Amino acid sequence: MKRRLLLLSLALALTACARSTLHNTGVYLLVDTSGSYNRQVRKAEQITLYALSRLQSSDSIAVARIDTGSFTEKDIIAKATFDDRPSTANQQKRAFASHVEQFIDQSMPAPYTDITGGLLQAIEFLNEKHTARKEILILSDMKEELAKGYVRDIPLDLRGFDVVALNVTKLRADNFDPRQYLTRLDEWRARVEKGGGHWRVINDLDRLDGLL
Amino acid sequence: MSMTSLLTFTPWPAMSATILLVLLVAALYFARDTAHQAIQTAASALARGLRVASHSVTRAQERLAARNREVLLAAGREAKERIVEREFARVGDTVRKDLAGYPDMQRRLSEAIQRIEEDQEKAVEVPPDAPGWAQAVKVVADLDSHNAGADILSDIHKSMVKAHAEAMNDYRKASSERHALLRRMMPDWRLIQETLGRVSKSVASVIDRSQVIDRHMEEYEAIVRGEDRALSVLSSSSIVYFFISALVLAVATAGTAVNFTLIARPMAEMVGGTNFIGAFRTADIAALVIIMVEISMGLFLMESLRITRLFPVIGALSDKMRVRMIITTFLILLLMACIEAGLAYMREVLLLDEMATNALLRGDEAGSIVNAHLWITTAAQMGMGFVLPFALVFVAIPLETFVHSLRTVVGLLGIAVLQALALLLRLLGNASRHLGALAQRAYDLPLFVPLWIEARRRAAAPAPPSAPATTQADSWREART
Repeated sequence: MKRRLLLLSLALALTACARSTLHNTGVYLLVDTSGSYNRQVRKAEQITLYALSRLQSSDSIAVARIDTGSFTEKDIIAKATFDDRPSTANQQKRAFASHVEQFIDQSMPAPYTDITGGLLQAIEFLNEKHTARKEILILSDMKEELAKGYVRDIPLDLRGFDVVALNVTKLRADNFDPRQYLTRLDEWRARVEKGGGHWRVINDLDRLDGLL
Repeated sequence: MSMTSLLTFTPWPAMSATILLVLLVAALYFARDTAHQAIQTAASALARGLRVASHSVTRAQERLAARNREVLLAAGREAKERIVEREFARVGDTVRKDLAGYPDMQRRLSEAIQRIEEDQEKAVEVPPDAPGWAQAVKVVADLDSHNAGADILSDIHKSMVKAHAEAMNDYRKASSERHALLRRMMPDWRLIQETLGRVSKSVASVIDRSQVIDRHMEEYEAIVRGEDRALSVLSSSSIVYFFISALVLAVATAGTAVNFTLIARPMAEMVGGTNFIGAFRTADIAALVIIMVEISMGLFLMESLRITRLFPVIGALSDKMRVRMIITTFLILLLMACIEAGLAYMREVLLLDEMATNALLRGDEAGSIVNAHLWITTAAQMGMGFVLPFALVFVAIPLETFVHSLRTVVGLLGIAVLQALALLLRLLGNASRHLGALAQRAYDLPLFVPLWIEARRRAAAPAPPSAPATTQADSWREART
């Protein structure tokens, strides 16, 4: 009987010491609010809700906007690390969804598009969370336009990151010369893969099954 | 040196090949005896080694069979002892129950018999008194008729009629009393009959039990004597018990899985849903631990009740301690059952919460509507959560049978495997001997020309003096020994 109690105590002690960061997922959604893409922002809600439905306890999620200067915590609209307890995690999800909905209703277009700054912020956020799986979702046309004085020619350390460009819309100029669109995507692919990340593009938002 | 260069030591390759062939055959012929001996030695060594291995495996199989026999007989002896012990306990109960009231029953029987005797004595028929007038009438009748005896006779007659009437009345009254007494004896007779009937039933029950005990004792004696028939019966019984207990344990495992499903999700609320120990979720391990604790408590309860005998220490405890243990384990089980019922309820609440959240995330309004009859499934889950821990208590019985029969079944399987291995080794030994002989014949095949010449020469030569020729069969016999 003593031995059984000892084993039970040992199991409980192991439970207390067990690390929770080995199986969790971190998701960072960047939402382009620039003038050329602001009409698509409503789709961010759909992606956020999908991500929330896929995430579990101890997973982390953040939604941030891409504007003139995106490398700042101020651009993070909502962030959460879900509680261990499923019931609390569900409450957090509902609150998060409500927060994102509010942001989308009040979103204002930005004059410039600092995608690189948003990516750097996402890398920093997810690295701090020590998640086992790191996903950066970019809802943008991937056309970066930097304001004067912003330096973004910085190598990205994307080792262990999955970068997914969502709903990459074609610009008016792309219609005249599709090579611009393809070149834009190829440049981003090269940049992400050079940084050690994995690049994907999903344009059909009705088929997000393989996303998370 | 290549084949081409070998064929060029004469200008004609065919000639070179022929010379080489002749030389090769000659070499093989001269080395024939040595080669045969080498083949024979190798084959016989291999055959002997395999035979030794076969004997060794056979001995191991015999040892295992003896051990299995001992185990089987010991198990059978123990089982019979338990059965006989139980039968004696039943006989004891019967005797105690029926014969405890024996003094009272004897007293009641004696009283009833005494009452009957008294009543019977009272009911003895008393013959009516002989009329005292008969002698007087005879004397008067002998008198002379002139003595006016007629009046006297007439008075006597009247008196006699009166006396007769009184006597008849007395007789009827006495008869009536006797009948009343006999009627009063009836309940006593019935009492005696019923009491004796009960005694007869008890005695018949004891006789039946004694016959059962006799039969079990005969089987027990057969087991003690180690008879093959008893061993065969025990062996087949053991296999049957093994499969039946395995089936019941499979059912219990399914019950455990259901139980696990009921409590695993709510356990995530208690110990966290994302902690892992190794590759397993802590919540799952915690749920499994709870179920294992319940099964352990069930085992202890069964042991304390002396229904199973897996832990001799518990069986050997004093009755007072055992009763304490029964109460403790039962209370723990009850507590566990209540916890499980609560967790089952919590599971339903969490499920609803999750469904509502998912419906919200999907934008599905219909998904968040709660079914009005949901309480039925909630109550069913709570009921299952409460009942399953008690149902799992009974796993101890098939588990004990499984453990005991497993020894025998594994022993029988081991014997079968060793027998097959011994047979295989024996076959391989024989095959190696025959392969040795075959290799010798194969060696002789290219030497058919010199061997034919040798046979012709031997046939032409005179027979040698009778020396004991060693035949191949003799050499094999030597090799075998």
